Amino acid sequence: MPQTAVAGSDTGMTLKELARRHGLSAAGKLPSLPEYTRQLWAYRYFIASYANAKVSSSLGKTRLGVFWQVLTPLINAAVYYVIFGVILNTKSGVDNFVAYLCTGVFIFGFTQSTVSAGIQAISGNLGLIRALHFPRASLPLAITVVEIRNTLASLAVLIVIVLGFGEPITLEWLLILPIFLVQSVFNAGLALAGARLGSKIPDVRNLIPFIMRMWLYFSAVLYPVTRFTDHLSGWKLHVVEANPMLVFIDLMRHALMEDVPLAASPTVMWLEAIAWTAVVGLGGYVYFWRGEKGYGRG
Amino acid sequence: MADNMTGGDRREPTVIVDDAHVVYRIQQSATPGTGSPLASFKRLVTGTKPATMREVHAIKGVSFIAYKGEAVGLIGTNGSGKSTLLRAIAGLLPVERGAIYAAGQPSLLGVSAALMNDLPGERNVVLGCLAMGMTPAEVKAKTKDIIDFSGINERGDFSSLPMRTYSSGMGARLRFAIAAAKQHDVLLIDEALATGDAKFRRRSEQRVRDLRAQAGTVFLVSHSEQSIRDTCERAIWLESGLIRADGATDDVLKEYEAYVKR
Ligand SMILES: Nc1ncnc2c1ncn2[C@@H]1O[C@H](COP(=O)(O)OP(=O)(O)OP(=O)(O)O)[C@@H](O)[C@H]1O
Ligand SMILES: [Mg+2]
Repeated sequence: MPQTAVAGSDTGMTLKELARRHGLSAAGKLPSLPEYTRQLWAYRYFIASYANAKVSSSLGKTRLGVFWQVLTPLINAAVYYVIFGVILNTKSGVDNFVAYLCTGVFIFGFTQSTVSAGIQAISGNLGLIRALHFPRASLPLAITVVEIRNTLASLAVLIVIVLGFGEPITLEWLLILPIFLVQSVFNAGLALAGARLGSKIPDVRNLIPFIMRMWLYFSAVLYPVTRFTDHLSGWKLHVVEANPMLVFIDLMRHALMEDVPLAASPTVMWLEAIAWTAVVGLGGYVYFWRGEKGYGRG
Repeated sequence: MADNMTGGDRREPTVIVDDAHVVYRIQQSATPGTGSPLASFKRLVTGTKPATMREVHAIKGVSFIAYKGEAVGLIGTNGSGKSTLLRAIAGLLPVERGAIYAAGQPSLLGVSAALMNDLPGERNVVLGCLAMGMTPAEVKAKTKDIIDFSGINERGDFSSLPMRTYSSGMGARLRFAIAAAKQHDVLLIDEALATGDAKFRRRSEQRVRDLRAQAGTVFLVSHSEQSIRDTCERAIWLESGLIRADGATDDVLKEYEAYVKR
């Protein structure tokens, strides 16, 4: 067995000092947040290229390929319409229920699919992580990019549906893009946080379906928001109405549709949306960055 | 082996491993009942470690210094921790205790280096190069060279077919070609050359020598004594996560042979 705890025993220098003197850096040292951000920016081409690769390898396996990006949201909307619009008839109070429902389903679906893919961004790519060196946040961010691309397709479908059910194009449609951007940043934060959580505790993956379903019911996707005001009051109502998904969905409905019941005034909701996005986007990023060196273990 | 440790002033170290420990934590596929959402929830709430969590202490305190221009062979029986040590040096696996210092960003070239199997070789070249931090312009300029060096197109246009259609040797050649396209301060090669044919082995060994000549350090894991002898003048023998011997290749190989034959 070698005696190697001490290097250059004549000088009495420890390995640590030797490393410092020759400017070697410790493998697995966490870069500072600005440094990490800079690295990530340098890897933007990798992120884009990886997102492309993901889309082409997942769609390449199906026969309908790209059509699924459009079909999935359509089928979703159809199922919910039959159950909640026709059978249960929750539409009372909303004039254009189909447009109302579809907006909710599509906007919620954006976050839902980002979260469920984000949870596996690290744990599903251990091979890549153990083979190559890149800022790990590239993976959840690439997944967010994939979902943004998918959602752009369903947004186009949504616009056709909304127009088809008689909504006019107004100046407020210009708000679609900023809402979408803000929600994308929010989703990126969720994907980053979810990726770290999913790599630490694999069990969360089993819980995600329940959490997302719960969130869906609390976001007034399937019935008018006025149900909340009818049945809740005081702090309970405030809590329910602060739900970021409810805010995004209502903002989008407000932008797309003429007469629509809202949870609060658009200004208030914009402030809420921006606050949520700042907290979740930044928080998710910092939380993920702090775990950077632990990914790839186990 | 003592001369590897002294004279830190004369030669410039590129990799310093200081009493490093590496532990794998494995989540075993759960026994029936523990995988249900309810059970997961209980575990999350109570914060208990699942009973299915196991630990493998793969590296148990390893120290050595590698210098500029050196090629170090790593030998040891299966499961002795060679691949694990290289991953830790590359910073891909966190160390549990101790520390590993390296010049620049060491680059690992392994058999299991996962590129995307569903994608064609060409796109993997692009992805791999981008992941090594190249700019798109550099990637564009190098793609053809990489594919030519790998020689996967010698038997038809394979670079546009998905990587899952490649033979294991072809995959290894492409991966080596990608990794060798960049100048590395420290290159770690884990059996990546083993599946190549004689012609490719010669070419890749030449490339390894070139990389060393450009003042890099190369680590080579191989079960082929010949290729260790040909490329490395220093060898480290790892056994059960500990260093058994470290020194001139011939001496270490002799000891190792005696151990294996026993
Ligand atoms: N992903 C992993 N998860 C858990 N344990 C692992 C993992 N990879 C390796 N090990 C364990 O770590 C130890 C060292 O494995 P390692 O792959 O480093 O051996 P090796 O020296 O490269 O062997 P070989 O010559 O077969 O390539 C083994 O006991 C192995 O079971
Ligand atoms: Mg190995």
